[in-house]
Amino acid sequence: MKFGIVVNEGPYQHQASDSAYLFAKAAIESGHEVWRVFFYHDGVNNASRLTEPPQDDRNIVNRWTKLAEEHKVDLVVCVAAALRRGIKEENLAQGFRISGLGQLVESGIKCDRLVTFGD
Amino acid sequence: MSDNKKFMFVNRKAPYGTIYALESLEVVLITAAFDQDVSLAFLDDGVYQLKKGMQTKGIETKNFSPTYRALEDYDVEKLYVEKEAMEARGLNEDDFIVGVTVLSRAEMGKLMDEQDVVLSF
Amino acid sequence: MLHIVNKSPLTSGTLESCLNTMADGGDVLLIEDAVYAATKGNAYESKLSAAMGRCKVHVLMPDLEARGLGDRLMAGVAGVDYAGFVGLAVSNKNCQSWL
Repeated sequence: MKFGIVVNEGPYQHQASDSAYLFAKAAIESGHEVWRVFFYHDGVNNASRLTEPPQDDRNIVNRWTKLAEEHKVDLVVCVAAALRRGIKEENLAQGFRISGLGQLVESGIKCDRLVTFGD
Repeated sequence: MSDNKKFMFVNRKAPYGTIYALESLEVVLITAAFDQDVSLAFLDDGVYQLKKGMQTKGIETKNFSPTYRALEDYDVEKLYVEKEAMEARGLNEDDFIVGVTVLSRAEMGKLMDEQDVVLSF
Repeated sequence: MLHIVNKSPLTSGTLESCLNTMADGGDVLLIEDAVYAATKGNAYESKLSAAMGRCKVHVLMPDLEARGLGDRLMAGVAGVDYAGFVGLAVSNKNCQSWL
């Protein structure tokens, strides 16, 4: 089955990004495809490569990058939400790309299920 | 797989306190541009999004509520308000900026079940 | 339909709205702070029990365990891990996150 995932909250503040990541990982381990993860609202902060968590904490941004590299997951950051919050190409983490809300709608159309994580 | 799906946007948050109501409208307009079957549902404090007479000058924020009236230009005509939520807030249909269909909770739950994609804001 | 709820019923009306509105026969999955709804002795326990005639209630165990309540699961609620969460999303034809 093909999954789309939406992340509406930023990393470290709310559990949404952790829940979304663990869901994505479990879906892949169960033999499903995670076609796209769409980062919206404060969720765009998951894509900042300037993030530096303490060493004993999980690295949420790198975890998404790794998932994208290993399983060809398309990580899309909402352009309007990103520009409002200072997320641009110049500070975008590897594996993410910036695009429009059409990519969210397309996830709903193309995927068998669209699961949202937010506040 | 069909490329025409039933999308429902479930709005449960009040406007201005958070950005979600405004963002929901953005996605609604894009979804309509993709020629999908679009419904908007207003539950809980989301009902307040439709209140007419918003004056946002004092909070220096754009009043986005006229957009609800423009939705029909995009062929978005299915706006549903949950009756119990509306009544619990002392509102009636005359308070809304746009014409809506008022549904009971049970009718709303059934309609949700019929959707392909439900996005919550 | 799979209904995903992530807020404690003791501070938010979200679970109440979900249970009041959802059509009979659906699955409810409690994640993040909503897991408190499924613990023995919490003030919402009787309301959640009453809803179980109309829907099946599941709780994400990693979230319950993280909150120190892994041993307080109330009767009638099924514990699932993330793979179980994925399974619920697959077995229901659609899903909704009550944010």
